[in-house]
Amino acid sequence: MRIPCPYCGERDAHEFVYRGDAAPQRPDGAEANEAAFADYVYPRANVAGAMHEHWYHAQGCRTWIVVERDTRSHAIAGATLAREAKR
Amino acid sequence: MSRLAAGGSIDRRQPLAFTFDGKSYQGFAGDTLASALIANDVRLVGRSFKYHRPRGILTAGAEEPNALVTLRSGARAEPNSKATTVELYDGLEAASQNRWPSLGFDMMAVNGLLSPIFVAGFYYKTFMWPRRFWERLYEPLIRRAAGLGALSGLPDPDSYDRDHAFCDLLVIGAGPAGLMAALTAGRAGARVLIVEEDFALGGRLLAERHEIDGQPAADWVAAVAAELASLPTVRVLKRTTLFGGYDSCTFGAVEKVADHLVTPAAGQPRQRLWKIAAKRTILATGAVERPISFGGNDRPGVMQASAVEAYVNRFATAPGKRIAIFALTASGLRLARALKAAGIEVPAIVTPDGTGDGSTIAGMVTATHGKTLRSIEVSGRRIEADILAMAGGWNPAIGIASHLGARPVWDDAIHAFVLKTPPAGMALAGAAAGHFSLGEAIDDGLREAQAALADLGMPATVGARPATSDDPAGVGTLWSVPGSKGKAFVDFQHDVTVDDIALAEREGFRSVEHLKRYTTLGMATDQGKAGQVNGQALLAAATATAMGEKGTVIARPPDRPVAIGAFAGAHTAAHFRPVRLTAGHAWAAENGASFVDTGQWKRAQWFTRPGESDWLESVTREARAVRTGVGICDVSTLGKIEVAGPDAATLLDRLYTNMMSTLPVGKARYGLMLREDGFVFDDGTAARLADDRYVISTTTANAARVMQHVDYCRHVLWPELDAQAVSVTEQWAQVAVAGPNARVLMQRLLPDMDLSNEAFPFMASAQCRWRDGPARLFRLSFSGELAYEIAVPADRGAALMRALTEAGRSFGVTPYGTEALGVLRIEKGHPAGNELNGQTTAHDLGMGRMLSARKDFIGRALAGRAALTDPMRPTLVGLKPVRPGERVRGGAHLLPLGAAARAEHDQGYVTSACFSPVVDGWIALGLLANGPSRIGERVRAVSPVRGTDVEVEVCSPIFFDPEGVRLRG
Repeated sequence: MRIPCPYCGERDAHEFVYRGDAAPQRPDGAEANEAAFADYVYPRANVAGAMHEHWYHAQGCRTWIVVERDTRSHAIAGATLAREAKR
Repeated sequence: MSRLAAGGSIDRRQPLAFTFDGKSYQGFAGDTLASALIANDVRLVGRSFKYHRPRGILTAGAEEPNALVTLRSGARAEPNSKATTVELYDGLEAASQNRWPSLGFDMMAVNGLLSPIFVAGFYYKTFMWPRRFWERLYEPLIRRAAGLGALSGLPDPDSYDRDHAFCDLLVIGAGPAGLMAALTAGRAGARVLIVEEDFALGGRLLAERHEIDGQPAADWVAAVAAELASLPTVRVLKRTTLFGGYDSCTFGAVEKVADHLVTPAAGQPRQRLWKIAAKRTILATGAVERPISFGGNDRPGVMQASAVEAYVNRFATAPGKRIAIFALTASGLRLARALKAAGIEVPAIVTPDGTGDGSTIAGMVTATHGKTLRSIEVSGRRIEADILAMAGGWNPAIGIASHLGARPVWDDAIHAFVLKTPPAGMALAGAAAGHFSLGEAIDDGLREAQAALADLGMPATVGARPATSDDPAGVGTLWSVPGSKGKAFVDFQHDVTVDDIALAEREGFRSVEHLKRYTTLGMATDQGKAGQVNGQALLAAATATAMGEKGTVIARPPDRPVAIGAFAGAHTAAHFRPVRLTAGHAWAAENGASFVDTGQWKRAQWFTRPGESDWLESVTREARAVRTGVGICDVSTLGKIEVAGPDAATLLDRLYTNMMSTLPVGKARYGLMLREDGFVFDDGTAARLADDRYVISTTTANAARVMQHVDYCRHVLWPELDAQAVSVTEQWAQVAVAGPNARVLMQRLLPDMDLSNEAFPFMASAQCRWRDGPARLFRLSFSGELAYEIAVPADRGAALMRALTEAGRSFGVTPYGTEALGVLRIEKGHPAGNELNGQTTAHDLGMGRMLSARKDFIGRALAGRAALTDPMRPTLVGLKPVRPGERVRGGAHLLPLGAAARAEHDQGYVTSACFSPVVDGWIALGLLANGPSRIGERVRAVSPVRGTDVEVEVCSPIFFDPEGVRLRG
């Protein structure tokens, strides 16, 4: 699999570390309760289709990126820097 | 000899000597082992897997199920080599397999007489009872009787290389379609990579007689090869097998660099593994001819028609003197013409419906006779023939496309599985696309290359489409021959017969995947390339289902067997993974260190002094030296991360459970990191170098993971924070200097610094100078002694170790390793890797107070869950044996006294244990349910693994200097 790193260009997937679904958002820590965090940490959707995922370019620029990947075909539609995706 | 006087692609001026089963023969350059054996009239080449039936060469390609030999000998022996793909070289040595005592007389052929037992699923049916006989009797028996070649068991003396290739267009297969495609794209300036398994280009044009542009096809191939070689953006890889298609149009291929030599030249790898990233791919892998399932179709002398054609036209051999043909397709008639042209007698052309020329016999072959073939039976009539060529139709070779998720569909027009929708970025051309004629192959190659160029935004080339001779491609289908006598084979290598398919169906194995696993159809080294579709068709017929509905099995990589050595490449023995050495490694080795692997690092475990015979003796001496004098320990492997920027303090507050923003410049603080689920992730120290700059340390094991975590927090969770982070683990060498004499030693090293307790107290940190270079000094103590850690740039690390040794010589400075480090920290009750095991909470480790209530941090919310702070959770305690001298072992389970050693009584376990010089006995740390309130209680430490059962007293985890007087001294 080839992943288009926004910094480094297209690179082999072996250079990256996979984390998982990019959808869950960390609750605002100061106020958020246990239930909100449990919901953030544990349940994950088992997506069949397009999915936004966090990958870390560990062997490259050390940037966390959001990759859009189809879990059925592994086709990759694109990638953005995580810090920009958040904005 | 059966070598034809003229013709073929062999070089008669280059004779090559080789041996088969110890007997000497001669072939020519351009031969395969199979063609050379045929030229030498060797008909019997192997025994079948299960019945040990005599087998001859069936094919002329990688689909060969029968002619498996062990190539070479000794450490270079390579079992299960297909004689049909082995390029002949001078000195080649081959031996037949799966026979005893000899190929001609195989004792195990008795299995054939027992064949009623060896039907499909016989393992499950025959060897079920009694159960204990399986391991002792049945399995060894079966393994000896059934099997292929044996490995040498010796280390592989050759090397294997790895390379990467990137291209605009990858062309797989250099037959007419592939060559046309590569030429078209190459002329347009595209970066083209064309891979061909064979040592010669041309594909079917090597074996069949055609005309292109009015010339023999071989001339066209030669011209194209020359032009491809002249094009700067085209690379041709011969002897290269593309074995797998992977995501994002990447491919694996293995180039047989030196397999056609006796031994590789000096410095030459035997094989090279290619990882190919292609923007577009054209699959031009051709098609594989199917056998026909009639009685005795496995007899040596029965061959694929396409193979006979190759052996006659390409290799200039006569596989037999009288070659009969049993054909369902027009290729049978083309073969007959080729044989007659070569002066070989064709006693009969048999087709089921009699189509063909006037001499064709309408009928079917129902039986064969002879040890090697002597005659065939057609409608009860015997016809003398020493070779029978069977033309059973064609299966497009689409395995690579299937790897990428494309599902084959049945095409009733050509009676074969094809791909209607190739994977994205891939096109099929020629026979692989189910277009069997030469004209279609040329058209496809041209068209698909132009399409790929257009796709890539490259200008198309204008080139003439070569004119080709007419080549009508007939298709036919006949899955089994009624009235067959004797076994009719479907899968030759695994001895699966027509009857086995029927049996599987009767027993309920009615899907193609179940059929495969029950009968082992297509599970041999040839992966059923020749016969698998026949088996599936028989199943479809037996279940009265259309082929399209029944479908075929899913093809997965590798498409061909690949030597493990090729995958391993250079990553063997010492090169299996990288080795990381600290700057002080050589110094440690000179001082008698024994090293231990800590991840990729080598760390000094202890330093043996002359006269010491036991590791415990060395470790005890080192630990005692730290408590009474001074010791030095290389701690460079601990992770070091610099965090800088206006928001560095805020970031660290969120990473650690405790406050780091309140840390003054020039101070250091112990810190605990949790995972978001509330469990402990890692620990270390943070030292504040400036208002906006910290250096934090991590455990050796978690250095990379913490770096990743810090980046995750910066990039994903809080991108608004202006804080940068970088790993400096390898930039700084760091040494712990610990013991009552530590200050004296450090003062000698840093004479200009005021190291008094007032000026540089416990947990102080400073950036300073050592020998006119930068240094960092910390007053940290893992040992509980007065201690410092000094860091210098890694290139001065070795000098630092030597300087410390030199400066401390007069008061006996002692190097200590990880074992003594462990003893010292266990005596002080400091948790390390054994306690930070991913299953413990801050509460478990007695660090509940470190969870700040004044801020948010990773893991805050979930660490507060009732179950994570339950006092009944196993919690850190000290343990010491009740009877002096007894030894507690790490991993032992803690049980109440008097309770049986069963899981239901388990109350925790021992995490770390050591011999403590200050206690003068064995001590341990452990996690015990409700531990802190059980101080003084006695429990059992039971290790079923080591067979020990020790009564221990629960105590404080701090065995030495509980007030911490010494480290502040």
